[in-house]
Amino acid sequence: MDVGKDKLLEMYRSMQRIRQFEAKTRDLALANELPGFVHVSIGEEASATGVCAALRKTDRITSTHRGHGHLLAKGGQLDRMMAELYGKRTGYCKGKGGSMHIVDYALGILGANGIVGGGLPIATGSALAAVIAGKDDVTACFFGDGASNEGTFHESLNLAAVWKLPVVFVCENNGYGEFTPMQTVTSVCDIAQRATAYNIPGFIVDGNDVMEVFRFASEAVARARAGEGPTLLECKTYRWEGHVVGEAAFLGEGAYRPTAEVEEWKLKCPIIRYQQFLVSGGKIAKAELDRIDNETTAELEAAIKFARESEFPDVSEVTDDVFAK
Amino acid sequence: MPQINFIQAINSALVEEMERDPLTFVMGEDVILSAFGATKGLIDKFGPVRVRNTPISEAGFVGAAVGAAMAGTRPICEVEFASFFYCAFDQVCNQAAKLRYMSGGQATMPITFRAVYGAMGGAAAQHSETVYAQFLSVPGLKLVVPSGPSDMKGLLKSAIRDNNPVIVFEHGGLGRLKEEVPAGDHLVPLGKAAVKREGVNVTVVAIGAMVSMTMKVAEKLAKEGISVEVVDPRTLIPLDEDTILASVEKTNRVLIADEGHMRGGAAADIAAIIADKGFDFLDAPVKRITALDVPIPFSPPLEKVAVPDEARIEAGIRALVGR
Repeated sequence: MDVGKDKLLEMYRSMQRIRQFEAKTRDLALANELPGFVHVSIGEEASATGVCAALRKTDRITSTHRGHGHLLAKGGQLDRMMAELYGKRTGYCKGKGGSMHIVDYALGILGANGIVGGGLPIATGSALAAVIAGKDDVTACFFGDGASNEGTFHESLNLAAVWKLPVVFVCENNGYGEFTPMQTVTSVCDIAQRATAYNIPGFIVDGNDVMEVFRFASEAVARARAGEGPTLLECKTYRWEGHVVGEAAFLGEGAYRPTAEVEEWKLKCPIIRYQQFLVSGGKIAKAELDRIDNETTAELEAAIKFARESEFPDVSEVTDDVFAK
Repeated sequence: MPQINFIQAINSALVEEMERDPLTFVMGEDVILSAFGATKGLIDKFGPVRVRNTPISEAGFVGAAVGAAMAGTRPICEVEFASFFYCAFDQVCNQAAKLRYMSGGQATMPITFRAVYGAMGGAAAQHSETVYAQFLSVPGLKLVVPSGPSDMKGLLKSAIRDNNPVIVFEHGGLGRLKEEVPAGDHLVPLGKAAVKREGVNVTVVAIGAMVSMTMKVAEKLAKEGISVEVVDPRTLIPLDEDTILASVEKTNRVLIADEGHMRGGAAADIAAIIADKGFDFLDAPVKRITALDVPIPFSPPLEKVAVPDEARIEAGIRALVGR
């Protein structure tokens, strides 16, 4: 697959934005600057980026409680995202949703979702809407290994298969559902196997290799757009941080996964791997990547400043937007 | 004006609204064949893209209706029996109801859910429940309970055009109820109660199938000089509090007839509103006639005593007026 330089750099910037945003978000949450629960996706940048790089602007995504990466990969703005994390009125949802619920209709982001498996039927319906409206937009649905044990996973794959809907189901298997190892609560080793039950293609993908994710996602998107129905991709990956920021305070360090395991996965860092691929192949100069890193840092600093200086919603806004006119 | 029954009223509303807006479509269990007849013939008029049989998979297809609405279409989603909503509670309560608010007003959710509720003769508790109360405390939903064919058609058409998730509860015992329905584009607004009969001695706020029962009781009691005003709220959310309170102000006595359960029910909710905002109008405590707080039983004599009937409504009115 021949990928142009602009696309390569776009993917690099996406991964870098996710990494920096998530690291900063973790720090801000630990410093008690953000209300509520925060789930970060450090280590999972390649799956979000590789999938969204295969989509066009009018394509849609649904996301999860660990959704910042997906939203950024689909083009989310750092400042409006950060403002939402602070609960400010300048945030994507005017402070009504918070970290787990960011939506940007203009970018086709139908939303992160606080209910595990909540996005699967919504993505299926979004794909159905394209069919009803006679458009060829595709919907990509991110979810975790945990969601693959929800009824909505099975019902949605069946429905999408029966109706040949233009949806790509992307399972980010990071090995843990909250604090429980996936293999202790899941009947299969590979979630991709479950595609067989619904008579759709299923593939295991190296979720830490952005180029591999991009290749598989592009094929799945092309199938969907051509009316050939859904695909299940299982991106094997890992979250470096805990399920929720701050969990060590109530669980203790290393409570449910060995430190050695975390360190081993850090050696498979998707960003370092991608940097090596870009630089060693002579495609991109290291200086160009450094420039993107620095630009991202500046963008993020401006976003945090924007969020901090933004106002909270006025209390009179509490009853706004329950119903549409 | 032509006389049509409840089921024909539904069918006619669906046909008119589907002709009006190509982004409307019907989905649900057996909507092509249509066991109750409400969606019969739609497949011939609108074809398989817009009339879709779903698997028996409520979480999946109710959730898909949510996604389809968010992505710009206008699904009309049939959930055969209202108790089946329990299988899709997350999709209705966590997703459809909340996502507009949670997205800061970005999401619009123009979904119409249709479901059959109520005791209809030996269907037992999982097919006979009156479940609208379970949705009353979920902000973001509109709840419609039509009492006859004319309102059924007009309210359903309004529900389909509404940009919010609306659940239309259709009583399973009303299918053959016939009534004159205005021709043409007959719309009944959501949030406007109907005074079905004027009276001066007592108000009965009657919901859904309770309306026709109460009308018969009112007719009977009129011969004894007891004048009953019958108010049909038609929609529980939004609720036309003004019409209810104005009626209570006039009669000073009120009974609420609801096939739902007593505890935490729609009657309890309306009673609380009257107590809160109309206390000075009252000459007697607010009375509720509801189903007993038991799962609706199968055996015919048990089912009969579990849900309100004309005799209980009549006894309730007599107790209130002391005659």
